[in-house]
Amino acid sequence: MKRVLVLAPVLLLLSGCSNNWGWYVVDPTTTSGWNNLKFMASGAFYTIGMSVTAIMISVVVGLLVAMPGLSEKRGWRMFNRTYVEIVRSVPVLVLILWVYYGLPALSGITLSVFWAGVLALALSDSAFQAEIFRAGIQSISKGQYEAAQSISLNYRDTMRYVILPQAIRRILPALGNQLVYMLKMSSLVSVIGMQELTRKANELVVSEYRPLEIYTILVLEYLVLILIVSAGVRWLERRMKASDT
Amino acid sequence: MSIISMRNVSKFFGDFQALKDVSLDVALGERVVICGPSGSGKSTLIRCINRLEAHERGEIIVDGTTLTDKPDDLEKIRGMVGMVFQQFNLFPHLTVMENLCLGPRRVLGLSEQEARARAMKHLERVQIPDQAEKFPRQLSGGQQQRVAIARSLCMEPRIMLFDEPTSALDPEMIAEVLEVMTELASSGMTMIVVTHEMGFARRVADRMVFMDKGEIVEVGAPEDVFVAPQSKRFGTFIKQILNH
Repeated sequence: MKRVLVLAPVLLLLSGCSNNWGWYVVDPTTTSGWNNLKFMASGAFYTIGMSVTAIMISVVVGLLVAMPGLSEKRGWRMFNRTYVEIVRSVPVLVLILWVYYGLPALSGITLSVFWAGVLALALSDSAFQAEIFRAGIQSISKGQYEAAQSISLNYRDTMRYVILPQAIRRILPALGNQLVYMLKMSSLVSVIGMQELTRKANELVVSEYRPLEIYTILVLEYLVLILIVSAGVRWLERRMKASDT
Repeated sequence: MSIISMRNVSKFFGDFQALKDVSLDVALGERVVICGPSGSGKSTLIRCINRLEAHERGEIIVDGTTLTDKPDDLEKIRGMVGMVFQQFNLFPHLTVMENLCLGPRRVLGLSEQEARARAMKHLERVQIPDQAEKFPRQLSGGQQQRVAIARSLCMEPRIMLFDEPTSALDPEMIAEVLEVMTELASSGMTMIVVTHEMGFARRVADRMVFMDKGEIVEVGAPEDVFVAPQSKRFGTFIKQILNH
């Protein structure tokens, strides 16, 4: 029932309520339509590749940035605040352009489009990851630290075996959100020429002049990807819960 | 020869002085019960012994090592001192067995097999060997607290601190925890217990310490202090506890 509700508006659009539709452009029963569809779907590889690589980097960087934020020392906390405030105030699109066009001029390092995209996405997301981790770690009760201290665990082991495993269970929904966000943000990397889903759609629009149909397919492509991610995160949540009930 | 020696220890929380020049010696194998009204500083006192709280003035010496922030000394002292908390503080994401093995594996460097054998030994001691593979939330409060005691024992401490170990338990579960503690006491473990369980204190304690407003008001053998408390404050407190 829920699924019907979600898809109803889409179906309404597709039902031909306007006679301007020209679905032939993506009709899988014709050769050209089928080829067009294949062309569009071929961007998924980069959309997924960039998003997954970027999220892995941003989780690690986010955790590294979150840790000083929990320190009792003011200097460490200042580092955390400064990083988070600066990085999250830069629009993703601006960061992508800056990394791709600005970084080579500044440092002499030229990155491929893929890695420039990954770097910008990861950097941007890492500030949010840092805040998510900080909140997750802070939500673990003081008693857990004290119990770990009372059996002489050092800071590293306390984090690794006691605090983080509990924090990650709590922040899993938020991490899932970030992955969804990342998949969508990766569309912006099309502006520097990355051949991902959005870029492919744009190119097809230029040659076929059917933006309505092509962008609708593009919307569906993102929808499918994100529904898969959501299901995956939910499965993981259930599994982690099941392992300690 | 005292294994714990506290000399003029003071502890502040902001402007509030939780401990005021407290001095206390505990001998090896001695069982000390600390009681007093809430906010009297009794929990703070034992939390200073393994430095969950850092004292600001005075000196605490545990088995010849002076308690400071020096990591080596701190590690040495925490290795000697086990602690049981009011809220159990078990690790909820780990099974009972994993809770018990974590310290021995990571801190003492035992092999998986050695750690499990040791954990099983102590689970038998607290009479719940059959719960080894369960998660803490599947156990009753009394069972959880016994797991917490076993977790401490797995580190083979010479001193055990108990911070109101039965205060969070339903009445019917208090007895099973006290039973384990009594057995531990009879095995010769040095114990400092903060509790309001006066029956337990009478049976087990070598010495009673009564605290009020951050000070030790009275110290004495339980058979003496219960019959004839020296200070008016302790007298009133005992009356309140026994009559409630």
